[in-house]
Amino acid sequence: MEEIFDAAIVGAGPAGLSAACILADRGVKVIVLERGEYPGAKNMFGGVVYGHSLGRIIPDFAQKNCPMERNIVESRISYLSEQSSISLTYRDQAFFEQLQNNAFTVGRAKFDRWFADQARAKGALLVCSTVVTDLLKDGAGRVVGVKTDRAEGDLRARVVLLADGVNSPLAAKTGFRPEVGPQHVALAVKELIGLPEEVIDERFGVSAGNGVTNEILGNVTMEMNGVAFVYTNRRSISVGIGANLADFAKARVRPYEMIERFKTHPAIAPLIKDGKPLEYLAHWLPEGGFETVPKLFGDGFLIAGDSAMLFNAPHREGSNLAMASGRMAAQTVLEALQRGDFSSYGLRGYGERMAESFVLKDLKKYRRFSSLLENHRELFTTLPRGAAEAFREILTVDESPKKERLRGARKALWRGAAPLRLLRLMWDAWRAIR
Amino acid sequence: MSARVEDKLFLDRFNVDAESHLRLIDPRTCMEKCAEQPCLFICPANVYKLEKERISINYEGCLECGSCRVGCPHFNIEWRFPRGGYGVRHKFG
Repeated sequence: MEEIFDAAIVGAGPAGLSAACILADRGVKVIVLERGEYPGAKNMFGGVVYGHSLGRIIPDFAQKNCPMERNIVESRISYLSEQSSISLTYRDQAFFEQLQNNAFTVGRAKFDRWFADQARAKGALLVCSTVVTDLLKDGAGRVVGVKTDRAEGDLRARVVLLADGVNSPLAAKTGFRPEVGPQHVALAVKELIGLPEEVIDERFGVSAGNGVTNEILGNVTMEMNGVAFVYTNRRSISVGIGANLADFAKARVRPYEMIERFKTHPAIAPLIKDGKPLEYLAHWLPEGGFETVPKLFGDGFLIAGDSAMLFNAPHREGSNLAMASGRMAAQTVLEALQRGDFSSYGLRGYGERMAESFVLKDLKKYRRFSSLLENHRELFTTLPRGAAEAFREILTVDESPKKERLRGARKALWRGAAPLRLLRLMWDAWRAIR
Repeated sequence: MSARVEDKLFLDRFNVDAESHLRLIDPRTCMEKCAEQPCLFICPANVYKLEKERISINYEGCLECGSCRVGCPHFNIEWRFPRGGYGVRHKFG
């Protein structure tokens, strides 16, 4: 290909497609390279997209038939031991009305294809079934394009946006981002369980396209630092579970056995009863936090989304960070095109935009979060049972005086974590989220 | 726990290439130097299997997560994406 593009984007996910939409809208000659047969063929996440972030790219997404599964009206956080669950549930009428589509579930095979169609309608060129295998560089080491696995597949561009996701052999090869260490990613597996729409409605107490997300902690991750989730889609339920990859290696736990075990938990099994498994997927979450975010731009390139390790673990936000970073990368590219400067200096506006935005502010705020979980293993080992037994003590009704019951509850909790350890946990948790 | 990963992978669609995208750089390292062999456990698709005198690679069911590449303590796995259009194809995602 002799043609020179203004911008080449690696990866048709939320980050790359957000950038493609904005650039194409402004008449920029942009190409998106996707290794899957179609956008979404390789993509997987928990399942939640945020309306505000998408609206900044496609303001009328709901009218444009965005393939939404369910509008999230209820969020649950649960803490599970083998036989029990403690949950906090928040449902608010606001999510049916003014905050409708604040968060909604999607399936990536449909959603990413739809998103790519929006970019194409604006004039972006999408080329699927194409792996970017290397970056083209000039004598001075500036990125001037990409190499692909197509015959004569070198492609020149004034600027390259790397939005190729968290698992990036391209990063490992070119070093634009350090290769991740197993301690910096969580490996998650997810199963789609098919059920009739009305059965899901009934089990989760919703109707008319509304749904529920449930984040789950406890010893379901078999003493590893991890998290599980249950999200409702229109006619399926996403059940997922993941843990730090280094923990998986140490614990010698098989991911598919862990999810199978999770599905039989007394709090989970009734939700998916009689469901038909439809698909089984695996993906990483970049949970290393702020410290693992690489330098976001250099001579001739920018990095966005999961590729830049943008993930807010305590709020389970990722797709919005991808879209926002893609948007800010595109805005920076527009400036650079105007000035004709694609050097690191010319692209510095991206770093500034990101630093001033919620994306890096949030990651910075929660920079201690991953070490909180790492340092407080009791959260995944003894505390789930201790907490459950404390509640059991309080709620068991017999004729023993409540003073004794409460003493029993306190002792049960302390079996989960000694008093000083609990204090330490509360202190560290406060520091991690303040 | 009788979780059969084969049953799970059976749900997925793959466009299998004739050639593997995964390769052991030095197969002897796995048997002689690697006591832990985490690839046998961490892979969500059970791609790596211990045979009598070697580790075999069933790349056909690879879910392309990358865990083996960075989880191998000896960095002994040459890992690339399947050629464009090949490999797993999500129906739902």
